[in-house]
Amino acid sequence: MPDLSRLSPLKPVLPWLLLALGIAAPFALSSYDLNLLARFMAMGILALGLVLIWGHGGILSLGQGVFFGLGGYAIALHMKLADLPAGELPDFMVWSGRESLPFWWTPFASPAFTLAAIILVPTLAGALFAWAVFHRRVGGTYFALITQALSLAFATLIISRQDVTGGFNGLTDFYSIFGVGLTSPGTGSMLYWITLAILCGAFVALRWLLASRFGILLRAARDGENRVRFLGYNPTPFKVAAFAIAAMLAGIGGALFTLHAGVVSPALIGVVPSIEMVVWVAIGGRYSLAGAIVGALLVNLARDAVSSAFPELWLYLMGALFIFVVTLLPRGLAGIAKGKAA
Amino acid sequence: MSGSAISDLILSVDGVTIDYSGFKALDGFSMRLNRGETRVVIGPNGAGKSTLCDTIIGRVRPSTGRVIFKGEEIHRLPEQAIVARGICRKFQAPGVLPTLSVRDNLALAARRDRRWWKSLGTGIPADERAAVDEALESVGLTHRATVEAGTLAHGEKQWLEIAMVMATGAELLLLDEPTAGMGPAETSRTAELILGLGHSRTVLVIDHDMSFVEQLAAPVTVMHQGKFLKQGSVAEVRADPEVAAVYLGHTA
Ligand SMILES: Nc1ncnc2c1ncn2[C@@H]1O[C@H](COP(=O)(O)OP(=O)(O)OP(=O)(O)O)[C@@H](O)[C@H]1O
Ligand SMILES: [Mg+2]
Repeated sequence: MPDLSRLSPLKPVLPWLLLALGIAAPFALSSYDLNLLARFMAMGILALGLVLIWGHGGILSLGQGVFFGLGGYAIALHMKLADLPAGELPDFMVWSGRESLPFWWTPFASPAFTLAAIILVPTLAGALFAWAVFHRRVGGTYFALITQALSLAFATLIISRQDVTGGFNGLTDFYSIFGVGLTSPGTGSMLYWITLAILCGAFVALRWLLASRFGILLRAARDGENRVRFLGYNPTPFKVAAFAIAAMLAGIGGALFTLHAGVVSPALIGVVPSIEMVVWVAIGGRYSLAGAIVGALLVNLARDAVSSAFPELWLYLMGALFIFVVTLLPRGLAGIAKGKAA
Repeated sequence: MSGSAISDLILSVDGVTIDYSGFKALDGFSMRLNRGETRVVIGPNGAGKSTLCDTIIGRVRPSTGRVIFKGEEIHRLPEQAIVARGICRKFQAPGVLPTLSVRDNLALAARRDRRWWKSLGTGIPADERAAVDEALESVGLTHRATVEAGTLAHGEKQWLEIAMVMATGAELLLLDEPTAGMGPAETSRTAELILGLGHSRTVLVIDHDMSFVEQLAAPVTVMHQGKFLKQGSVAEVRADPEVAAVYLGHTA
């Protein structure tokens, strides 16, 4: 195992160096590469949430795709409506014979509603779901299985309601966001910087949260839920709050991803993508916020390189990597950087 | 502690039955504790001693009978509400939180406001900080305050958990086998720790180690098969033929 702890004199400056590189990226990268990087950063925002619930809360969620999707579809609905001439329907609705907009589409014409929905819908959905499960004291593997069922149900629902969701093909062909053309010069850089800022903001906020008494209690409940309960705490609201925060981050990540990728579809949010999200974090290091971001970037970079050349190979490679990390490197890449594998 | 007037009564376990699908771990068991009293409960393995603690703190719910603490029925309350009334328990298997520092373990226990939204901060009130320092001191773990609790020796873990239970400020402490896995010197120290509480708390101690029980010099309740068997001083219980037959006969 390479011992990177020798590099420790670099440690205090490393975050600032990375931040400077991040800010400068639009001047150095092609717009294609910049867009790719922005997408991966959006995924990094979701990955931060998994560190909170999985690493520190011991709550394995195989359903983060659902919340990613809620954020993604929220912004997609808005962009679909914004680009639409008055009185017309999105093309896929016309093709499936609909004559009017579903009532729940209409408020998404408003930018303010859309922004609120991107944040609140995943957060509230996550809180409700987590409360329903945790207050019955269901946890561990059962919880993971229920979240997987949730992501399956969500993707199935979207596919089955082709006429209002765009079905399997999802929603695509966006041209503008809040009045700014997506292809106008400078938009790509601006959206990239916004993504970077949100990623950094989420990172700093979670760092604070994990160091607070809330973070301490979350770890305590992970390691000894009964001890915590019999010290007089009710662990349920702590776990529900953590899950809701992770769902919110997934939703924000999903909205930004949709913006950069120009598409949201069931194939990006279903069972397999939800598992991949856990794999990024397992590889990067589930206890480490920085590790999770690095994991999301590296795995997606690798995916991009491998899956375009050998699409079938990717799933196997990812599976193998996951097993390797979980069995031999429970702290992921962050563990190597800290000089301890276990 | 003689002349137990009604007002002295702090806990009353009243005809409690705990039924594990047909097997009665507690079978119409009753017991009373007075404020400030230390009571030892002994009995053979499987007698129902831990189940008694489980019942008092609400981990299991009685099918018959009642648990009354300070005049209030508590056997239907949620666990955290029972703790809030002033009862805390040390588990038989040490239940410290392994990845937290020793200090954080105690700070969690000493915390008075346990609502989740009040945990969004890092500051610890001065009185809680003082309680933590005092607890560290009392079990001799001050120099270990920053290490992860999981790395402590077995005896140290037991002490830490005892200190946590004390730091909650609970009036009634349930100590389930506090000396399990300790050597004679550590056991004596644990006895001193409990004796040091004086009559400021009510303490229910479960243990198998008769030399430890002797040091505590407290009244002893003997349980057998989920039922009350005998009560008396250590000497009385030791001399009792019935107790010897079911319990002490095997171990002494
Ligand atoms: N969850 C459970 N389900 C079924 N039986 C149980 C359960 N918990 C305890 N028991 C049984 O109840 C009886 C009493 O158990 P308890 O743990 O209270 O004994 P104890 O007096 O504390 O014994 P020890 O000295 O070994 O700690 C035992 O026979 C035990 O097997
Ligand atoms: Mg026991």
